[in-house]
Amino acid sequence: MVRSRSSALHGLVLVVGLVIGWQILFEIAGENALAPPLETVTYLLQLLSTAAFWGHLLETARAFAMALALSILLGLATGFTLGLHRFSGEVAEPILVAFYSVPKITLYPIVLLAFGLGMPAKVAFGTIHGIVPIAIFTMNAVRAVSPVLLKTGRVLKLGPWEMVRAVLFPAALPEIFTGLRVGFSLTLIGTLLGEMFAAQKGLGYLLMTAIGLQNVRVIMAVTLFLVLFAASVSTLLVVIDRRLHRRAA
Amino acid sequence: MRSAASYRLAIVGGSVLLLEVLCRAGVIDHLTMPAPSEILRDLAVMLRAGTMYPAMAKTLLNVVIAFSLAVVVGIAAGVALHGWHALRQGLDPLFATYYAIPVFAFYPLLIILFGLGDTPQILIGFMLAVVAVIMNTLNGLDRVSRVLLKTARIHRLGPLATALKITLPCAAPHVLTGVKLAVAYAFIGIIGAEFIMSRTGIGYEISFAYNNFDNRIMYPLILLILVVSTVVNTALSHWEKVLMRRRGQG
Repeated sequence: MVRSRSSALHGLVLVVGLVIGWQILFEIAGENALAPPLETVTYLLQLLSTAAFWGHLLETARAFAMALALSILLGLATGFTLGLHRFSGEVAEPILVAFYSVPKITLYPIVLLAFGLGMPAKVAFGTIHGIVPIAIFTMNAVRAVSPVLLKTGRVLKLGPWEMVRAVLFPAALPEIFTGLRVGFSLTLIGTLLGEMFAAQKGLGYLLMTAIGLQNVRVIMAVTLFLVLFAASVSTLLVVIDRRLHRRAA
Repeated sequence: MRSAASYRLAIVGGSVLLLEVLCRAGVIDHLTMPAPSEILRDLAVMLRAGTMYPAMAKTLLNVVIAFSLAVVVGIAAGVALHGWHALRQGLDPLFATYYAIPVFAFYPLLIILFGLGDTPQILIGFMLAVVAVIMNTLNGLDRVSRVLLKTARIHRLGPLATALKITLPCAAPHVLTGVKLAVAYAFIGIIGAEFIMSRTGIGYEISFAYNNFDNRIMYPLILLILVVSTVVNTALSHWEKVLMRRRGQG
């Protein structure tokens, strides 16, 4: 308990530090380049009370939710298959790792040509970002499950589905969760990148049009919103992640 | 091990062949994607003509700058943070959530701050890469055994000498993991930024070709990037494995 309170304190100090840094940067760069923290927050609150902003937000949220669901589903399925079948895993792992490090943004035109403009392309782009880390982490987690547990499962004559549900998934959960955490972030990035080009709606589109108009306030407010969202969800996930790992250790 | 590699080759080769057949048979329409053999031929033509060399050189130079900055700053920051416990604890929440934050969302801001030149692109590549180096350097330094540090103290080595002679060499395999990630992130950052908005570079050329429906330029360039980043990463992974094995940790 003391530990978590002190890390919350560290987080608070960090946030205050970042805001001060932002203000100093503003004083240096001037108001043509940056908006100061307070003004950005009030502008963001103002944006949040307009229907237009909510339209963009909901569009992004829907694309992100679909992409995340697909990433998790396909990533877990791939990870479990490759983890259970050691040889397939050995064959596929370098391919997955190579794909993980490719600048996937260059594949965007292909995704767009294959899926057309709009929602499906965004979802597909988010999914190809998120699926790989989830698959890699799940595969390694399943491989690392102690053989004793698997033998026990076999002695109890569990079917393949039961084996995954009752033995593998609980045993591999901490590592899988780490994969989900990474997958969450990458899916978000992928979805936003997808919206930056050839979309007519969404936060990514809002950012792109704001660059065209040199509208600093919109850029900063949207960036702040995205950072706050990503950082708070991710902090929550990190806390759960660490708790799972500590319990397993 | 050998047989896994040959299976892998067969799978990759088979997929390319399948793609070739699908394209030739017209299942995948020619406007969507040319057949792999055509892409390869176009790439050869393009490389021979040399039209893309300036863009390639520019992208590569920016990747190298972003990568070198990230490695130097990252290792230095890792060593400093390892010694300064309070600051490290304070920054821990930042590191833990860093990669959840869409760094590309800062690109518009950086364009406004620095103009539409190389600087915002290099900064994006640097921002993506540096934290991976810092985290892996810290991870490596944490694992340096106490005995070695005591030995350094007995020999009265200063902090810099200790870092250069003992801790960094010991942490090298982990630092290399960070360096490997930094290569990938620098590539992703630079090419992504070029793709989003810029005036030169491979990423720009791809988005330009895409906007003009010029598949004969777009696909070869995409192939080129896939091949280069895969080759570089495979080489670094191999090196990392060798280094780890020498330490008896592999």
